[in-house]
Amino acid sequence: MHSMKNKSLVSITDFSKEEYLRILDLAGEFERKPGQPLLQGYIVATLFFEPSTRTRLSFESAVNRLGGKIIGFSDSANTSVSKGETLNDTIKIVSNYCDLIVMRHPLEGSARYASEVSGVPVINAGDGANQHPSQTLLDLYSIKKTQGRLDNLCIYLVGDLKYGRTVHSLIMAMSKFNTTFHFISPEELKIPNEYKIYLDSLGLKYFEHSDFTDIIDEADIVYMTRVQKERFSDPIEYEKTKNAYVLRADMLKKSKPNMRILHPLPRVNEIHTDVDPSEKAYYFTQALNGVYTRQAIITSILGLK
Amino acid sequence: MNDKKQLKVSAIKEGTVIDHIPAQNLFKVISILRLDKIHTQITFGTNLESKRLGSKAIIKISEIFFHDAEINKIALVAPDAKLNIIKDYEVVEKKVVEVPDEIVGIVKCFNPQCITNHEKITTRFTVVNKKEVSMKCHYCEKITDSEHMEII
Repeated sequence: MHSMKNKSLVSITDFSKEEYLRILDLAGEFERKPGQPLLQGYIVATLFFEPSTRTRLSFESAVNRLGGKIIGFSDSANTSVSKGETLNDTIKIVSNYCDLIVMRHPLEGSARYASEVSGVPVINAGDGANQHPSQTLLDLYSIKKTQGRLDNLCIYLVGDLKYGRTVHSLIMAMSKFNTTFHFISPEELKIPNEYKIYLDSLGLKYFEHSDFTDIIDEADIVYMTRVQKERFSDPIEYEKTKNAYVLRADMLKKSKPNMRILHPLPRVNEIHTDVDPSEKAYYFTQALNGVYTRQAIITSILGLK
Repeated sequence: MNDKKQLKVSAIKEGTVIDHIPAQNLFKVISILRLDKIHTQITFGTNLESKRLGSKAIIKISEIFFHDAEINKIALVAPDAKLNIIKDYEVVEKKVVEVPDEIVGIVKCFNPQCITNHEKITTRFTVVNKKEVSMKCHYCEKITDSEHMEII
């Protein structure tokens, strides 16, 4: 079954639940045996029009583990883009040089557009505030691995629920698994209505909270995100709220034994370092899972698995 | 018995009459249908009294008949528009417009960060609400509603 073969991965909604699950199974295979030289003779282009550390390195690590070669750039300043070349032209040219493009771009919709003009499949590694599907798949992998299942879980999402693209994509993906959601955020960064309408239409349960103390005891997953200063119209509001959504070790005392803490990273101060030694702190392993998940995505799209 | 209403815009022999256009959107309709590129006779009236719309506009286009897909594009700016198809001064068919499922190349995406506002790309939307028209951008996936809709 090669249903993802030669298809681009632009948005988490492009694929079915079965296709996600297949990627997660494959990621498990790569975790058991990361060094599989399936990509020998293949070239992958990583085009990062804006900076990224984890995403670019984990894609490049995935390609290297698979024995493939990488071309690309991590900053568009030294490329013809700075001379005014259009995305259309850049993608058309680069797709002549490689078998697969991994792209991050600051403009929303750029990945969809690239997938339409490219001669080879495109993996969206983030298009502005829009989509970042490989992050969502590694989140799903981390949830499935720590909980043993994806169905009927209780997920607490904390922090910036208004602008956070990882949060939005995760809600869309987990809504296929009868999830109960808890949304914890300051007033200014509440979950947009369209997601509540969507969950209502599926008959899924969700709860909104503004207070983040003593409420995570029922959680299977606590998904933390960064509350960024620039998201606040009023700097005083930011000062008031910036410490209200910080997870500390003492808040974990009554949490369920299976509970795990995820974070797309980078973290600033929203998870106190006193949480790090806890077995419930899963965010660093989550980042490692990114390599396996991206190995699974790349080999599926190239029809090698 | 001979009290026929006086026509504000004179009748045509053959062609299409588009009535009940909101007056403020007349020129948008003209641009969507590219009437400025048509060489047959076109007459229009605007700021005409209308019980339903307050003030309406009407366009009469001689010798031109539109495909449904083409005429439905105007539903975005004139949802109540009514069409009369005229043959030999008689109305032979009446039509209403319907908001299409897909909008291609007419509307600008309201998201300034959308790629379509930075490169020469034909915009594409899926209509998510036909009553109070709102549409989802095929590229950035953001919703543009009727309040923020700008015709290209």
